[in-house]
Amino acid sequence: MRANCWMGKRDVRVMDVPDPHIINPRDAIVRITSTAICGSDLHLYNGFVPAMEKGDILGHEFMGEVVEVGAEVKNLQVGDRVVVPFPIACGHCFFCHEQLYSVCENSNPNAWMAEKMWGHSPSGIFGYSHLTGGYAGGQAEYARVPFADVGPIKIPEGMEDEQVLFLSDILPTGYMAAEACEIKPGAVVAVWGCGPIGQFAIQSARLLGAERVIAIDRFPERLRMAREKFKAETLDYEQVNVLDALKEMTGGRGPDACIDAVGMEGHGFGLLGAYDRVKQAMMLETDRPIALREALMACRNGGVVSIPGVYGGFLDKVPFGSIMNRSLTIKTGQTHVQRYMKPLLERIQRGEIDSTFVITHTLSLDDAPYGYDIFCNKQDECIKVVLKP
Amino acid sequence: MPDHVITPGTPGAAPPLPQLNDTPSFDYTSSSHPAAGTVSSPYLTQFEPRNRRAQQIAGMLGWFSIGVGIAQLLAPRPIARAIGAPERTGIMRALGAREIAVGAGILSQRQPAGWLWSRVAGDAMDLALIGAAARSSVSRRNRLLVAAAAVAGVALLDVLGSMQQTRQRAATRTGHTGAVRVSKSIAINLSPDECYRFWHDFENFPRFMKHLESVRITGENCVHWKAKAPAGTSVEWDAELIADQPGKYLAWRSLQGADIDNAGSVRFEPESGGRGTVVRVDLEYSPPGGVAGAIVAKLFGEEPEQQIDEDLRRFKWLIETGEIPTTIGQPSGPRGVVNRFLWRKGEAG
Repeated sequence: MRANCWMGKRDVRVMDVPDPHIINPRDAIVRITSTAICGSDLHLYNGFVPAMEKGDILGHEFMGEVVEVGAEVKNLQVGDRVVVPFPIACGHCFFCHEQLYSVCENSNPNAWMAEKMWGHSPSGIFGYSHLTGGYAGGQAEYARVPFADVGPIKIPEGMEDEQVLFLSDILPTGYMAAEACEIKPGAVVAVWGCGPIGQFAIQSARLLGAERVIAIDRFPERLRMAREKFKAETLDYEQVNVLDALKEMTGGRGPDACIDAVGMEGHGFGLLGAYDRVKQAMMLETDRPIALREALMACRNGGVVSIPGVYGGFLDKVPFGSIMNRSLTIKTGQTHVQRYMKPLLERIQRGEIDSTFVITHTLSLDDAPYGYDIFCNKQDECIKVVLKP
Repeated sequence: MPDHVITPGTPGAAPPLPQLNDTPSFDYTSSSHPAAGTVSSPYLTQFEPRNRRAQQIAGMLGWFSIGVGIAQLLAPRPIARAIGAPERTGIMRALGAREIAVGAGILSQRQPAGWLWSRVAGDAMDLALIGAAARSSVSRRNRLLVAAAAVAGVALLDVLGSMQQTRQRAATRTGHTGAVRVSKSIAINLSPDECYRFWHDFENFPRFMKHLESVRITGENCVHWKAKAPAGTSVEWDAELIADQPGKYLAWRSLQGADIDNAGSVRFEPESGGRGTVVRVDLEYSPPGGVAGAIVAKLFGEEPEQQIDEDLRRFKWLIETGEIPTTIGQPSGPRGVVNRFLWRKGEAG
């Protein structure tokens, strides 16, 4: 089959690789009809996630048709159309019972590696480095889906791929980030980063009753989308001092909740921006937490800082004193996608959520390297790339 | 051990517990007795007063290393002059860096035996360098002699400190009999009864114990084990079940003539709030070749603690999900050469 492989920093190639097959009794094989490039794939692309290996098949947002099921998969049949959640979860451990699927104890064969880095291991994730299992991903013609009796959700007839594909990751991720904000009537929510996750976080914050949403980015097309789709107020952080502006907009108090939808590759200015660049380049710091620092400082006393953005390791100069002394609440985690797929699918069916608006480019799988390039460098007003195998 | 009452699989009234501490070959303390209700004590031994002096000596040597290292780094010339050696600042600074690294190593470890022995190696290196310097015409022999005497004095202290630490580490790792003891536990999201039943079916063991080749029931309460050993060899033994409390506790012991004398027990403790079971395994065995054998095994990555850890995790995966997660056999693009040997990726454990 054809598959998009990570071959080194900023080097992905679509290659011929062997077809996947059933390995464990709870596996299924899915023929992929649509897959997408995620902002977090760019962290792998740019070489900031450790434990990537030449030849790894990328991709954790995918859907398709079941073509083979293992002996223990009773709920799926060949021919079913499914969306596959990006965290791999067993459905039987303590955390799965608590609906904390992305920290399932039983799906990461490289748990020992993650334990060295993070203390304990999260779940396995498709195409997302060997720290999370080294599972072959979904930017390919076929994928092996472990614990297929738990994760994949069946899609009713008559729905387009594009309507439901993002149930695999970014729609639940934006939703969980907004849900974490505990939005009350009149709430003001500020969102750093207006890529696909940021857009869905803004949409979800509106759905959950936020009165004002303030969107922060530097790309005009992304700010325009937030403004036009969801009536967000927008801040271009290249033009204004975000902390000052947020104070100004909220009578000095700060937003009730702040969402960091940027993660480890934030862009900063001046001395602190240069500091993070140098330290990350020298491997003295794994992440550039520029948006996170700002979100923490901006949030009102007793507010919530929700972090869907991906961080990998050890962060510098995070104002923990601000968190403690001002009673902030931090909410974060890889998304427990399985928890949200069904309710969000129903919202899509009822027309309450449209997720197709983020798609700016639909390419063939063979054009994946081009897709990574324009998405990474924000060329051609790229916001979301969907690939068709 | 003829007089123990064995009631495998019988529910109801618990049989009297066997008195493990009267067995001749293994020294089970009362803490490993399930009824004692205390956690076994390997973590506590470090704080016994008899170890305190060893720690003090190690700490002193650590700070000494750092002090000497800083002096060598910052003032290589005066130091070279003081000991009468040629003023080669490069070598002196390199030695300083070595001292600081060793000092930091000693101070950052709770049981710094390895780092202390590296001080001994450093002393040997220093003496060799002083010997070499003595042949140089610019050296001042008298001062070098004094320096050599000083190094030799410190070396004596280093050797004593290292031996103390090594003994202490051996003492915490092995019992009085020289047997290796390992205790590990894991939380399982099933009832104690379910865990017990899975564990009681000994022929399940090779499914999650990576080093077991086969387990055969050979008689009532008798099991024949065959396990892989380092360097492609294997070991075999017969074991008897010496305690069996359904849903609670199992214990076994190897019989005479075993390749490896060993004994073990597993407890199934209900976790607080009905949140499943903590499975606690205690193993004790005499490694072939004694302590040296244990060290060799460790060099080959066959360390028992790590093995038990991995086996318990595989047990959990298997009993909770019915399978062991793996990526072995999945497709990939062409792999690089180096990484393949660096990590054991995809291999469960």
